[in-house]
Amino acid sequence: MKSIKIKADNLNVYYGEKQALFDVSMYMEEKQVTALIGPSGCGKSTFIRCLNRMNDVIDICKVQGKIEIDGNDIYAPDMQVEQLRERVGMVFQKPNPFPKSIFENVAYGPRIHGIAEHKSDLEEIVVNSLKKAALFDEVKDRLNDAGTGLSGGQQQRLCIARAISVNPDIILMDEPCSALDPIATARIEELMGELKTEYTIIIVTHSMQQAARVSSRTGFFHLGKLVEVDKTETIFSNPSDQRTQDYITGRFG
Amino acid sequence: MTDGIEQRINSLNKRLNSEKRFRIYCIGAMSFALAWVLILFLNIFSSGYSAFYRTVIQVDVPFLNLIEDTTQFTEMSSEDINNLSMYSFSKKAIYGLFPDIEEKKDKKMLIRLFSIEFEQEIREFLKSNKSNINETETIYLTASDDVDQVNKGNYPRELDEDKRRIKDIQLLFFDDLVDRGLVSYEFNLPFLMRGDSREPELAGVGGSIVGSLFTILVVLILSFPIGIFAAIYLEEFAPKNRVTDFIEININNLAAVPSIVFGLLGLGIILNTFGLPRSTPLVGGIVLSLMTLPTIIIATRASLRAVPPSIREGALAVGATKMQAVMHHVVPVAMPGALTGTIIGLAQALGETAPLLLIGMVAFVVDVPQTPLDASASLPVQVYLWSESAERGYVEKTSATIMMLLGFLILMNLAAVLIRRKFETKW
Repeated sequence: MKSIKIKADNLNVYYGEKQALFDVSMYMEEKQVTALIGPSGCGKSTFIRCLNRMNDVIDICKVQGKIEIDGNDIYAPDMQVEQLRERVGMVFQKPNPFPKSIFENVAYGPRIHGIAEHKSDLEEIVVNSLKKAALFDEVKDRLNDAGTGLSGGQQQRLCIARAISVNPDIILMDEPCSALDPIATARIEELMGELKTEYTIIIVTHSMQQAARVSSRTGFFHLGKLVEVDKTETIFSNPSDQRTQDYITGRFG
Repeated sequence: MTDGIEQRINSLNKRLNSEKRFRIYCIGAMSFALAWVLILFLNIFSSGYSAFYRTVIQVDVPFLNLIEDTTQFTEMSSEDINNLSMYSFSKKAIYGLFPDIEEKKDKKMLIRLFSIEFEQEIREFLKSNKSNINETETIYLTASDDVDQVNKGNYPRELDEDKRRIKDIQLLFFDDLVDRGLVSYEFNLPFLMRGDSREPELAGVGGSIVGSLFTILVVLILSFPIGIFAAIYLEEFAPKNRVTDFIEININNLAAVPSIVFGLLGLGIILNTFGLPRSTPLVGGIVLSLMTLPTIIIATRASLRAVPPSIREGALAVGATKMQAVMHHVVPVAMPGALTGTIIGLAQALGETAPLLLIGMVAFVVDVPQTPLDASASLPVQVYLWSESAERGYVEKTSATIMMLLGFLILMNLAAVLIRRKFETKW
């Protein structure tokens, strides 16, 4: 049994009057990939956005319950959200590199957090992050070109490099491959396999095959409720809930 | 079956025909609009271009008659030269064009071929060339407006003499001067350099150009930062509630307030309560800023809104503060749009007349303003002032001023387009 990195306890999330998550409780293990699956609108993205308090941006969003990372309540009043997000990186559904150079895209995080003291440190961080994101070889000759000029898959890996540039513990991935073709998807999945040795990864995905390929534990969401969470093999071979069974066999969703 | 196909072909033809008609209407509407613009431009250019030329008459001025030795001028200060009595000397120099005239009346007519400031022109020539004056110098003196118009062919010479301001004898003098090659037609530099004047041939747009530039500068300095900051706050930071809704509605209302109302506000508050100097570009700029602000705020907000939210999320997700995300990533992307809005706002302010009338920028100002605190006119007000004058010189100068105003507006809009093209972020 791995140690527990993230623990959610009776999490309820409301968008105005509408409740999006109902009493979600689950834990995520350190240096493992946890996949969240479920039909559209089931609340899995809402859940993952609670983990780095990205939902704070939405005015009408209200979060009740408790999320602990390494035993610290991230919704505690003394928790600084900028510091939290330095530890919990995020990769979004659509690649969203800044309209700046490739170098600037990766250097931005370390620069605002004052991680690199000298220019050479910064360059080292950028190169390492790009290497970890398996992008360095493709862009090493054009670090000053616009990040938005890369292909979709490269852009997404650039976003991964940006996320790991501030040296987080956790990387949240919100359907990172939904805008990519199968080859780029395969590369990102391969990359996740490498990254999980260093980072705790939570991935939201629509593709059950992807969840089965990359994750060790899988949670199934339906209508805002966490129906079932268990080892990935168990979920896909012998789910305990009928709804999970129906979903993974393609009867709805 | 065949009936069905025929029906469908008929209905398709109908749809295609109606599309054709629609296109013709659209092209018609566009041509109509373009035709009016063309007519406007042609009209203004045809009556205005001649103001950029002026008629000058060559006069030999025997400075030896004024002083025993012309090298003495070198030692004189400008003040000394100002104190020289030169009026009758200057008149005599002009009489020298036609030495045979004896009658006083004819001499007077001859003098009237020239602009009323001929003495001043000779004095200015003397001042700027005082170290190098020969016994006799050839000076180009400005012709009077009537002569200028005759020379430009705008004056109906064939009218009866008592219906013309220019008399037969003056025409005789003029034609003779033309035959002797003493009349020339040159680029009207003084028109661009001087302030307003009661003499149409001497009036210039220099004062109002400088006044307009000062005004626009004040507008830029005031409304650009205020507008940008207000837009950023409203779009990125302000909570969405009734107060901000109310503010938003009122900013949009402000954009639709008739400009003369802002003039009244300027008169009531800026001039009367705060006591800032009347007729100055400073006050004009403040009043026009109030008018430009909503334009800048609305344009900037629109371009901020056009920045995809994913960019903000990307920055926030690496731990940027809200302000860092906005300032580092959103504002740079929105800047071209904000600048375009600002330039269009400034162009509007440049062409605005009504509020300036109320704060006294409609005054007759001879001097070119040196600072935004000097009384001044502006280009559109100058158009308004001259358009009320009957002299032909003012008529062409009105059109020429409109040309300059349009020129500035086209330049500014061009700048807006170029900025947008050059700095727009490509996704």
